Amino acid sequence: MLGDEPARGWFLDPGAARRIARELLERLGFPLDPDARVEGLARAEQQMVEIAKAFRTAPKVLVLDEPTASLTEREARRLLALVDQLKARGVGILYITHRMGEIRRIGDRVTVLRDGKKIATVPASTSEDELVRLMTGRAIEQIFPPLPAVPEGPPVLRAQELTTRSGSVLGASFQLRAGEILGFAGLVGSGKSEAARAVFGVEPLAAGRVWLDGAPVEPLAPASMLARGVLYLPPDRREEGLAMMRPARENMTMAALDRPELGPGPWLGRFKEARLAHELARRIELRPANPERAVELFSGGNQQKVLFARALARPVRLLMLDEPTVGVDMATRASLYRLIVELAEKGTAILLVSSDLPEILHLSHRVLVFHRGRIRAELEGAAIGEEAVLQHFFEREAA
Amino acid sequence: MIETERAASLAAPGPGERLRLLFVRLFVRLGVLPFLLLVAVVVFASLSENFLTLRNLTNVVRQAVYLLIVSLGQMLALLTGGFDLSVGTILALTSVVGASAMAAAHAAFPDLPWLSILLGSLAGLSAGTAIGVANGLGVALFGVSPFIMTLGMASVGFGIALYLTGGVPVYGMPREFGEVFGFGELLGVPVPILVTVLFVLVMLVLVYRTRLGRSFYAVGGNVKAARLSGIDTRRVLFTTYVLCAFLASIGGLLLTARLDTGEANIGASMPLESIAACVIAGVSLRGGVGRVENVVLGALFIVLVQNGMNLARIESYLQTVVLGLLLILAVIADQLRLRLMASLRA
Repeated sequence: MLGDEPARGWFLDPGAARRIARELLERLGFPLDPDARVEGLARAEQQMVEIAKAFRTAPKVLVLDEPTASLTEREARRLLALVDQLKARGVGILYITHRMGEIRRIGDRVTVLRDGKKIATVPASTSEDELVRLMTGRAIEQIFPPLPAVPEGPPVLRAQELTTRSGSVLGASFQLRAGEILGFAGLVGSGKSEAARAVFGVEPLAAGRVWLDGAPVEPLAPASMLARGVLYLPPDRREEGLAMMRPARENMTMAALDRPELGPGPWLGRFKEARLAHELARRIELRPANPERAVELFSGGNQQKVLFARALARPVRLLMLDEPTVGVDMATRASLYRLIVELAEKGTAILLVSSDLPEILHLSHRVLVFHRGRIRAELEGAAIGEEAVLQHFFEREAA
Repeated sequence: MIETERAASLAAPGPGERLRLLFVRLFVRLGVLPFLLLVAVVVFASLSENFLTLRNLTNVVRQAVYLLIVSLGQMLALLTGGFDLSVGTILALTSVVGASAMAAAHAAFPDLPWLSILLGSLAGLSAGTAIGVANGLGVALFGVSPFIMTLGMASVGFGIALYLTGGVPVYGMPREFGEVFGFGELLGVPVPILVTVLFVLVMLVLVYRTRLGRSFYAVGGNVKAARLSGIDTRRVLFTTYVLCAFLASIGGLLLTARLDTGEANIGASMPLESIAACVIAGVSLRGGVGRVENVVLGALFIVLVQNGMNLARIESYLQTVVLGLLLILAVIADQLRLRLMASLRA
């Protein structure tokens, strides 16, 4: 209601606000209590509130930016039906999505944007391969390097029956071999990210155990995991990834401060560190190639590279990447993918948490699909396809 | 970066525009302090001919050491994204406990003045640092905001200092304490200045050359990122407040030696002055940004302004007004600088 509160004179009119809210929710078919606090709602329910807010003003044009990103399939279908309804009523809809299925389901025309430029506007019936080509500007093979074969061997990581205290992950078990890239797919809030965080000791566990190289690890904590060669790179570089005001150099070596290469005992060797930073800047193709610049002043893609450089600053046996290419341009993606595959080739086990479907499809040896905290499906090799993965994203159809 | 700046300023059209751009870039690079320093020197030199004399400037440095040492500690707290409002209390408690212990020991062993000085100093440092331990536990372990924690401890410490002395100054310390640490000279340099130089050097090494020093910046720059990078953020925060208190405690001892009495009322202006010294020197209140050498200049600047106002016969009550305004001005300048920095990126 914010911004357009029903009022009598100077005073708010909570009665009217409640009535209007109830009508609105009923019309949309959202099963929500108008008096519930938004923070207490599930993510999908919050999304419904957001959408309901938009429908309050009988808009002529409605812009929906990934509205179904966190909805279950049933909720998403209801939303799409609503969009159809509005369309029939003459409301212009601008629908932003990365879901191919939705484009075909509700779209008339599709405009493809890339790197801030309009690439093309095509009918929604255009084939998927063609759309991908338009979206990425190149054929898929050019962005994703070929995956090396996974050498046989015992698992580097074995996680058994992980259940987080918050209930975001429920009894997830998985393992990962050296040189293998394991994809974690699923909707936002499906537990894919929390499972990786739990392994790193950031998300508190209620139950479950983790083995590294066959030895149980306890307690789980970032410092001890790092000492064992495990690194987790968070999804939100501003929020948890980088110290924005500090130079790229300090951000790149932040997770390597315990390494003896940087100096004996408590000392930090300035030249040793500078040399390492230059070497890393070269490997990640930092632009401009000045590690002394504050991270804040770099482009988003280069910031993401700086974050990734942490994985190169120290020996890493198991690298957990959480949305490693979020908000990053295609060229940077391609080079990050190359770095990831290079690491895998050298025997690093890689756990890739991603909401970016092409990334999961083309960069994983094996994919685990998370749904409501549980591992819903495991796909391997040729079985990894968009339909196969997506099918497990949503509620199963009631038969 | 220098090259691009030069190139950009050369490419700018018109001499006036070029000058403006150069000024903006200097401001973004150096912060507000050099400009303030320049203004202060010009203004005070024109108000009093005694200002720019070697004697007066030496005097400024001599007076500045107490604030300087405290500001070094304050800088650590600011670097990690907090601050310490209890530094004044730490000075007071150190002074009162140190002086009382020293006087008691001196009364017991009148022939061993240096033993009393040692015992008293240790007692004072322990008392002052204990406040920092409490701050550190509160902030790091219990997650109390630094504002509340250090404000609370400021009251606790000040209360204890007053309770111990009944508000009366403590006398009876060995003469040697004041003679050496208050007014003594070594090779022609006042001892308090030597002690301060020593601590500045220690801080330079600690902050720039050690892993712990880097951790302060990492924690202040982004505490979540630091944690995910394996830095024990709680330990770093705890250490921060203990070190800050220790430095304030050293300042308290030196000031006690200078005054030759233990007093509960010293240091009341220290929280504001030390934060002002840091902020004027470009230490960010959001944490993660700040340099030791600039803080040294910042503390000197504050004392320089006070000294200049004294010479210009500005009433001490009005001086407090000026100091508060300077702090606010420095924060505004810092904001402006951030905005300019954002506009200069690309």
